[in-house]
Amino acid sequence: MKFTVDWLKNHLDTKFNNDQIIDKLTNIGLEVESFESSISELDTFIVAKIINAKTHPNADRLKLCDVDIGSDKTIEVVCGAPNAKNGLLTVYAPPGSIIPKNQMKLSVSKIRGVTSYGMLCSESELLLSNESDGIIELKNNKYANKIGEKYFKNTSEKVIDLSITPNRPDCLGVRGIARDLSAAGAGKLKINKKSNLKYRGNQNINVTIKKEKAQGCTIFGSCLIKGVTNKESPKWLKDKIKSLGQKPISAIVDITNYVMFDLNRPLHAYDADKIDNEIIVRSSSKGESFEALDNKKYILENDMCVISDRSGVLGLGGIIGGTRSGTEYSTKNILLESAYFLPRSIRKTSKQLNIDTDAKFRFERGIDPLSIEEGLIKASELIKQICGGEISSLDVKKIDNYKKTIINFDPFLFEKTTGFNVENKELIKILEKLGFDVSKNKKILKLVVPSWRPDITQSIDIVEEIVRIKGYEHINTSEPIKTRLKPTLNYYQKLFHFLQRSVASKGYLETVTWSFTDSKINQLFKENDEEIPIVNPISSDLNVLRNSIFPNLLFYLKKNLDRGFKDISLFEIGPAFKGKNPGDQLTVIGAVRAGKVSRLSWNDKERIVDTFDVKKDVIQSLCEAGIDKNDIVIDDKTPSYYHPGKSGGVYQNKNEKNALAYFGEIHPNIIKKLDIKTEGLVIFEICLDYIKESKQKIKDSKSEYKFSDFQKSERDFAFIINKNFKSQELVNIIKSVDNKLIKSVRVFDVFEGENIPEGKKSIAVNVTIQSEEKTLNENDLDNINKLIISSVESKSGAKIRS
Amino acid sequence: MSDIKKIKEDYIDKLNTENNIEKVNNIKSELFGKNGIISNEFKKLGLISVEERKKLASDLNNIKDELQNKISIKIQEIETKEINLKLEKEKIDVTLPERNIEIGKIHPVSQVIDEISSIFSEIGFSVEEGPDVENEYNNFTALNTPDNHPARDMHDTFYLDNNKELLLRTHTSPVQVRTMLKGKPPFKIIAPGRTYRSDSDQTHAPMFHQVEGLHIDKNINMGHLKGCLNYFIKEFFEVDKIKMRFRPSHFPFTEPSAEVDIGYEIKNGKIVIGEGNKWLEILGCGMVHPNVLKNVNVNPSKYQGYAFGIGIDRLGMLKYGINDLRAFFETDYRWLSHFGFDPLDVPSNYRGLSR
Repeated sequence: MKFTVDWLKNHLDTKFNNDQIIDKLTNIGLEVESFESSISELDTFIVAKIINAKTHPNADRLKLCDVDIGSDKTIEVVCGAPNAKNGLLTVYAPPGSIIPKNQMKLSVSKIRGVTSYGMLCSESELLLSNESDGIIELKNNKYANKIGEKYFKNTSEKVIDLSITPNRPDCLGVRGIARDLSAAGAGKLKINKKSNLKYRGNQNINVTIKKEKAQGCTIFGSCLIKGVTNKESPKWLKDKIKSLGQKPISAIVDITNYVMFDLNRPLHAYDADKIDNEIIVRSSSKGESFEALDNKKYILENDMCVISDRSGVLGLGGIIGGTRSGTEYSTKNILLESAYFLPRSIRKTSKQLNIDTDAKFRFERGIDPLSIEEGLIKASELIKQICGGEISSLDVKKIDNYKKTIINFDPFLFEKTTGFNVENKELIKILEKLGFDVSKNKKILKLVVPSWRPDITQSIDIVEEIVRIKGYEHINTSEPIKTRLKPTLNYYQKLFHFLQRSVASKGYLETVTWSFTDSKINQLFKENDEEIPIVNPISSDLNVLRNSIFPNLLFYLKKNLDRGFKDISLFEIGPAFKGKNPGDQLTVIGAVRAGKVSRLSWNDKERIVDTFDVKKDVIQSLCEAGIDKNDIVIDDKTPSYYHPGKSGGVYQNKNEKNALAYFGEIHPNIIKKLDIKTEGLVIFEICLDYIKESKQKIKDSKSEYKFSDFQKSERDFAFIINKNFKSQELVNIIKSVDNKLIKSVRVFDVFEGENIPEGKKSIAVNVTIQSEEKTLNENDLDNINKLIISSVESKSGAKIRS
Repeated sequence: MSDIKKIKEDYIDKLNTENNIEKVNNIKSELFGKNGIISNEFKKLGLISVEERKKLASDLNNIKDELQNKISIKIQEIETKEINLKLEKEKIDVTLPERNIEIGKIHPVSQVIDEISSIFSEIGFSVEEGPDVENEYNNFTALNTPDNHPARDMHDTFYLDNNKELLLRTHTSPVQVRTMLKGKPPFKIIAPGRTYRSDSDQTHAPMFHQVEGLHIDKNINMGHLKGCLNYFIKEFFEVDKIKMRFRPSHFPFTEPSAEVDIGYEIKNGKIVIGEGNKWLEILGCGMVHPNVLKNVNVNPSKYQGYAFGIGIDRLGMLKYGINDLRAFFETDYRWLSHFGFDPLDVPSNYRGLSR
């Protein structure tokens, strides 16, 4: 909402200066977006200095000037003026400027083969004098330190731009703003002058509001103004319209707009001679159409509120008029409309047709239904004053009567809500100034809500009005109440924080990417999940919710590889979507690692990252987050985007259905499809939701501290075993030989090839044996050794290497 | 007697100039071996008179001690020299680079969420969460924003179906609804998380982060709201004083509503929070609307309280001098390394919010 202070003062007697008004507006909830002069075409002309003027290579009479315009770089301008010389201060017009003399818009152009960015101006071009022989020569002492500044002072009045919240339609008119300011003590609201308008004759175009279920209009007021001379608006009116940031059109249109912004009362003027017999306000039928004043043809759906005559649709009520009945300079007779349209109907229609107008914006928020006559009178008076003509009596048709909103307000609610007290007397004064009708019934105030405040329906709205006008600075700042109702974080929230930092501590950079992604990449990772398209995506390559974190991670991995990074570790923790209903989402960590380990190391051999790098990262992170490593079971079944032979799943224990993590190489096909160029690429993912919450807190779950001081022995074994036999199983077989005596089993060597039969591998393990009761003698150890060998051989088909 | 004195002096001289450990050992056995010179002298003691013996034995012992002492010092001296020589040869260039350090980082958004959670934890708030996909009711209708309300236009919403029933939440406020529907008052929660709006330019991203706050009890009023936010802002920006302004505004789900500005100034091209005469809007808040309380089965005549919503990304930008919002989500390795936080730098009250 834009207006000038002068305009405001038409409605408000105030001693406040501009700054005080601006502050007050902000303090009562009318947020000031800006307070500046409206943009002028002359703003672009700036003071400049010719640094170097040399002869144009292709034309002796032209000069090529390096011009300082106050920015970092000089600008090159071709100039034909004989007086262009080094050090001259003059006026520069950049491309896009409109030259006052000929109203031409400048563009970047080539003059005799050299590009000229803008031009240097003569006095005649700027309409300052008739001097056209050379460019302006500015005086050094006055302009030397003004290079880059505007040459013309912008003298237009400063415009206040308010951002009006959707609950305040009344402040979409200057009078409403003045009323709010007066309630807040910024002056006195001027009383509207009584009209002494003389009516001549009747409004004899018949108006009918059809009684239909979907009728979007409840009141239609109108009058005829006969014998007008439409013309350009006078200067004061043009200035007002311009200050709104709009273009003046004609006196009649400008007047209706002016009244709309002045009183928040939208009006519409029809050329009465173009109306076919009568006005019918009705609901549209599907397929009806009309050409609107924005020069677009609209095809209507059912149940849109239209103003029509016998020939068809004239306009969409409260939204936009039609060209068929539009006023022109030749218009002689006007039908002026002032109506009330239902916000719901306006909103629905404008959404369906995607139209946004000042009138629609206002009706949608709720116009004062009792302002029908006021609007007609104010506009008619102005039309008569500017365009002449005779005004008929006012004709107001209604199908519904306005019902007052009454609120019984207990002033105690104010203190209960805001924490501070305002005397009843002051409270009543504020409400009365806002237009409420206040009567007292013991402690309760009976309030009649002003008709221009559709937002006020209940007591809490009254509290807001009072505290807003009184000022939020009166609210106390209480000490925070520290009472705690429950622990800050639950188990999964803690897990989130642990895992997030634990993965990062392995050298991964955390990133945050969109929750949506490109369906083309997503489908490589979605497995059996349904695709979840966004109906109105921000762009076609962010058109689905991500089923996995990897589509985005790999997309950005590629970008970073393209930036020249070779060794990259990235991860994200966030949602992966499994369905389109609320809650169909899992909290997942996705991590990628690309490149080499020990690249360019002077002492270690560099190698490509591999599955066991990410296996370490994932297992260590899980352990750090509190999962017992001894419970973890690894499986080799993984989603299809993993390399089928070089990936694994991690289970919290052997009976678990869902893997809580996967790790491994990514499928080579995907690398190829996404055109990722890197030496090595391994990934892992952890699904936090699949981690089982430990039933006990750490203080209850620590087992008794026991250790053995008896001597421990270590034995090495090497087995020849089927290539596909899992080492994890071998370890389990050995452990199960004697859970008490066998303290640990470590695989320390695996190889295939030379001396090993085809389809077999050699696995070497180191077994630590220790008793808690005695020192084991050679005999005891021999027995265990034999048992280990025989168990492994019988359960796995392995053979001990001799 | 003079014999052994002579022997002693000869050997001391010898030892003084000797630098070879083997030769020193040879001297040792020459003197003290089975037939060593000194050993033999001791053997001779039995052959002489008792008086002489006493004197000689004492002299002999002194000489023995002196020589043995000299030998062991010499050995130690030579050994030390040899070790030092060996170590000197083993010297490496310790300025050569260590094995590769892999430094991970926490994203600024995560760090700021942890900072916020830590601050509110101190005054008794617990953390709640809600899904990113919401239904229309929780995101709008329950929050007193019916379908025909122009306030809906303030949110450009991503929809997942043509009936506009399912959407990506446009704010974290639906967590209020979920929290109150599933529990009984009092409520005291914050809810950080991802939020979505379908606009995208230099200052808007289609996804951003908010933290919702909600405190409902019997007598919570706007003074508490002011106190809570004043505390939060001061703690968050780690300043002693904060200039803060509550300005009336409008949100359908709170009444009265306010926007909160903090004072700032630009010093040497950098933004300084807390002082100065410029205002920066940082959050919206208000008393939870009675209609909202009714919608979630809380009796508004018994319970009341406040709610607030803060843009997390923006807070982070202000605190850590980050200019471009879009960069938060572009996964530029350089940016993440530059603005990311060390994983061990966990914000907490006792250790300080940030380093």
